[in-house]
Amino acid sequence: MNVRPFVNRSIVASLISALLLIAAACGGGAPEQNVDDPLTAVAEFASIGDEAARSKALFVEAGRVIQHPRCLNCHPSDAHPRQGELLAMHEPPVVRGEDNHGESPQRCDTCHQGANVDHAGIPGHPAWHLAPLQMGWIDRSLAEICEQIKDTERNGGMDMKALLHHMEEDSLVGWAWHPGGDREPAPGTQAAFGALIRAWIETGAHCPDGEEGAHTVSAAPWNADCQSCHELLFE
Amino acid sequence: MAIEIRVNGKTHRLDVDPDTPLLWVLRDTLGLTGTKFGCGIAQCGACTVHVEGEARRACVTPVEAVAGKAVTTIEGLAEGDTLHPVQQAWLEEDVVQCGYCQTGQIMSAAALLDANPKPSDLQIKTAMAGNICRCGAYDRIAKAIRRAAGEPS
Repeated sequence: MNVRPFVNRSIVASLISALLLIAAACGGGAPEQNVDDPLTAVAEFASIGDEAARSKALFVEAGRVIQHPRCLNCHPSDAHPRQGELLAMHEPPVVRGEDNHGESPQRCDTCHQGANVDHAGIPGHPAWHLAPLQMGWIDRSLAEICEQIKDTERNGGMDMKALLHHMEEDSLVGWAWHPGGDREPAPGTQAAFGALIRAWIETGAHCPDGEEGAHTVSAAPWNADCQSCHELLFE
Repeated sequence: MAIEIRVNGKTHRLDVDPDTPLLWVLRDTLGLTGTKFGCGIAQCGACTVHVEGEARRACVTPVEAVAGKAVTTIEGLAEGDTLHPVQQAWLEEDVVQCGYCQTGQIMSAAALLDANPKPSDLQIKTAMAGNICRCGAYDRIAKAIRRAAGEPS
């Protein structure tokens, strides 16, 4: 015996309207695509004579990618991915799960496909998932992120070679430069970013300090509309 | 391009564009209209089906992504005349008001209990947060899930 839902056309129309309103309110509100935000080339840092200072400056430039929303949204320091340019809470609300791929029945691939789904504004990649908790970057200063990236206890056991590969060649990381839709791409190119990381490693992988090292990006608080949706649903 | 998919145990060979949403194939090609179109952008959960036992939003899943995989829709959730425990609990708790979201709710709840047979109240809320009910039947939905899990509803 099957359960067959019954349908009323006017109810359906109302439901769809309501859902579209909710989706519009909670969509993340990305601005116009930024098509020209290059990274400073490694050669430009040659004028910094002191190697440690050069290394720090290289990391600060690479930090423009690391602390970009395309990277931070999937490097949260808590159990929840973010979305959009303001690091808004993921809609619908989801949790990271034990394997960083979400928890059933809301696994990442419940919605995220092998490629972007443009009609729905849903980003996609075959390996779509969160970075592990110990690799969280939101609410951490660039100096803290730098130390964390080098620490094999907190970077998934990656040595510098593996780290460089992740930054320079990983295709999920590479999605950040080709995000599609109205999402702002990460600055420069993955190759330019990889070159910065490579040069940073070759100059001793020093971490920035002072004002530049203190640069921290925090997640947006709950969007007020979404907050009220959730209070309505669950409180 | 022909794509083979297995829906509720039956194999279908389809001549559809590979990027056609699975929901379209289920409803329009196969006539399985139990799965509903709500928002079309994976924000409401009405179109939830199972692919290899995991919940999927059929409205954003290209049919090519499920080629050769086992798809279960609400029509295939019961075992013959025996309702799935979530369906049975749905009736016993009298969950339905308008009924439009219930397919997605039941499919998500079934996937939840498959992965976590004894979810806490918070786990139920978290798991079901992607399924919207315009009638606001959340209390009864949670009760039915607790009942299906063998907990006091």
